[in-house]
Amino acid sequence: MFRIIHKRQLSDAVFEMGVEAPAVARKARAGQFLILRVDETGERIPLTFSDWSAQEGWVRFIFMRVGATTHKLTHLEVGDELADLVGPLGRPTEVGSGRVAVVGGGVGAAVAYPVARAMCAAGDDVTVILGARNSELLILEDEFRALPLKELIVCTDDGSAGRKGLVTAPLKELCEAGALDHAMAIGPAIMMKFCAATTREFAVPTTVSLNPIMVDGTGMCGACRVSVGGETKFGCVDGPDFDGHAVDFEELMSRQRVYVDDERSADAEYSKGCSCHL
Amino acid sequence: MPELDAHERARSFDEVAVGYDADMALAEAMRCLQCANPTCIAGCPVNIDIKSFIGRIIDGDTKGGVEVLKARNALPSVCGRVCPQESQCEAACVLAKKGEPIAIGRLERYLGDSDLSCDIDSRCKPDVAAPSGKRVAVVGSGPSGLACAGELSRLGHAVTVFESLHEPGGVLVYGIPEFRLPKQVVASEVDMLREMGVEIVTDTVIGATYTLADLREELGFDAVFIGNGAGLPTFMNIPGENLNGVYSANEFLTRVNLMKAYDFPHHDTPVWRGRKVAVVGGGNVAMDSARTALRLGADEVFLVYRRTEDEMPARREETHHAREEGVQFKMLCSPSQIVGHEGFVTGMTATRMELGEPDVSGRRAPVCVLDSDFVIDCDTVIMAVGTRANPLLSATTPDLGLTARGYIVADEDGATSISGVWAGGDIVTGAATVILAMGAGKRAAAAMDRWLRVPG
Repeated sequence: MFRIIHKRQLSDAVFEMGVEAPAVARKARAGQFLILRVDETGERIPLTFSDWSAQEGWVRFIFMRVGATTHKLTHLEVGDELADLVGPLGRPTEVGSGRVAVVGGGVGAAVAYPVARAMCAAGDDVTVILGARNSELLILEDEFRALPLKELIVCTDDGSAGRKGLVTAPLKELCEAGALDHAMAIGPAIMMKFCAATTREFAVPTTVSLNPIMVDGTGMCGACRVSVGGETKFGCVDGPDFDGHAVDFEELMSRQRVYVDDERSADAEYSKGCSCHL
Repeated sequence: MPELDAHERARSFDEVAVGYDADMALAEAMRCLQCANPTCIAGCPVNIDIKSFIGRIIDGDTKGGVEVLKARNALPSVCGRVCPQESQCEAACVLAKKGEPIAIGRLERYLGDSDLSCDIDSRCKPDVAAPSGKRVAVVGSGPSGLACAGELSRLGHAVTVFESLHEPGGVLVYGIPEFRLPKQVVASEVDMLREMGVEIVTDTVIGATYTLADLREELGFDAVFIGNGAGLPTFMNIPGENLNGVYSANEFLTRVNLMKAYDFPHHDTPVWRGRKVAVVGGGNVAMDSARTALRLGADEVFLVYRRTEDEMPARREETHHAREEGVQFKMLCSPSQIVGHEGFVTGMTATRMELGEPDVSGRRAPVCVLDSDFVIDCDTVIMAVGTRANPLLSATTPDLGLTARGYIVADEDGATSISGVWAGGDIVTGAATVILAMGAGKRAAAAMDRWLRVPG
């Protein structure tokens, strides 16, 4: 049903995958996500679209190998099939805000790419800040360069590519220069938290794309509860985009860790029978 | 009906009620008075000819009994297990006045299961009318959708059911636990619908993958039935509800039932296995959650409800089973706060209640007792306090008439504000029972059939 038609390794543990899913591809919009199951005993995992083609009937996503499910996913090759893929889920990212900074940290760059592309298409004036721990972990730089961006700023923690330092430094400079009407931060929760903290003092409206744990992805279970402005929202149907200045990031990070021990034991169990040594 | 020993079963996901064998079914059927004017039939939301199917059991004609059942109910093995017979057909049985009514639900299950035990070719397959040339889309494969699909298919229409999850069955597979309704039973009933020609498409969210308009304009369906269920879980809006270890009943049950987290890590989905679990609520979903928590290995499971057992909406059989298995009932308690340490639940504060004057529902309203707060020591809290309407489909269907609370407005037959679109089940009524949803699906199917057959 959901045949893999593209696979590319972007770094040691990060992969890009393309899957045939014509009905999903027709409706996909920047910022939305899909849920997949690798096999019949698999869990449902949400992944945000990194690209799609309505004409050719495929969707792409980028994932990092972190647990048993993503480990299994790395073993699938072009021609193999996923058990399930459903989408598009969540609300699309709003575009048309004017002068925008899009911050993509780590694998968050995968989501930042179609978001920046949609903003460019809507006539926004887009600066992308691309961050990673080092040059090896930096992804999609060429793709971003091909977009009609105002500027692409690359940062690495160790200075092995672009500027040395965190994404919040150039973000702060843009805020100080009064060059932003809006900011969008996509990446690890801690990065989004600090991006929101950076823009807050300049009162630059900031959207974050959250990645809480989900099960069904259609609002039925409430696993993805996030506190936004003191109110409980469901990441899957109310988000995944929320006002970064109102999100309770501490709670989000705590909730993301609930199954850490289980995930570790499941991956250890799976890796025992696996010869890939990933 | 024979049951597994309470102590033994409380740690196992095997079905609790074992079911009648042929001798027991016959003995029970023989008690039936075969009334000239049976009152039981009017007690059934889908008007199954109860007298006739029991008569067939007495005659030793099992197959004939199945046919009588299937003429009115596409899912007898499901309904025989989960219908609240004690407030429907069995309540209307004349023997109920004199003592024990006929165990109609158990006999229904006996016939349904005897049919399921045959291979698919020898099962009772309802007669399917000549093809009408009309195509119908059914949104959701829960009780109302399956009942509607079965009926429309029998009437000769080409039916496609769209399910958002990866497995058909809706609440029958994600909500109701294995020990009450084995998933194999649901799968076999769904297989029969496929055998009748119903197409089932999983992994497809109507309102996202396709809009309602797409179904008619692009995919060419002549009519649509919406049975997408109630869906969104409600929380109490008390402090601490987003701590780790607090679940909605929907999430907890979905992880265990649909995703088979009880079999982790052989199935990949984990579930937080609490030692001390507090379940908040008094309905069947609360009972299912409490009994599931026991089976996951909890040392203690508390059922926290703000009224008394008499006011509980759960079926008697369920409260009885829960208590027997060791669930501790904490009645007249209302949670006020969930407390935690480093992000995880460590307890729940509750206020003692007493019953005051009757409220609008006619039940005596619980009233707080001053300064009566106490702490329930627990590491898991499961909120089984109801659901609200899922907005996914209605948000992309601007013309669809909704109530103030987001449920779809539909008439007696399920007709909505959009011509050619019907709805039924929880998305119309709010959370109710499997059989009421099936009844709504069937009524809509009859109305849709009439509409589809109007020339032009």
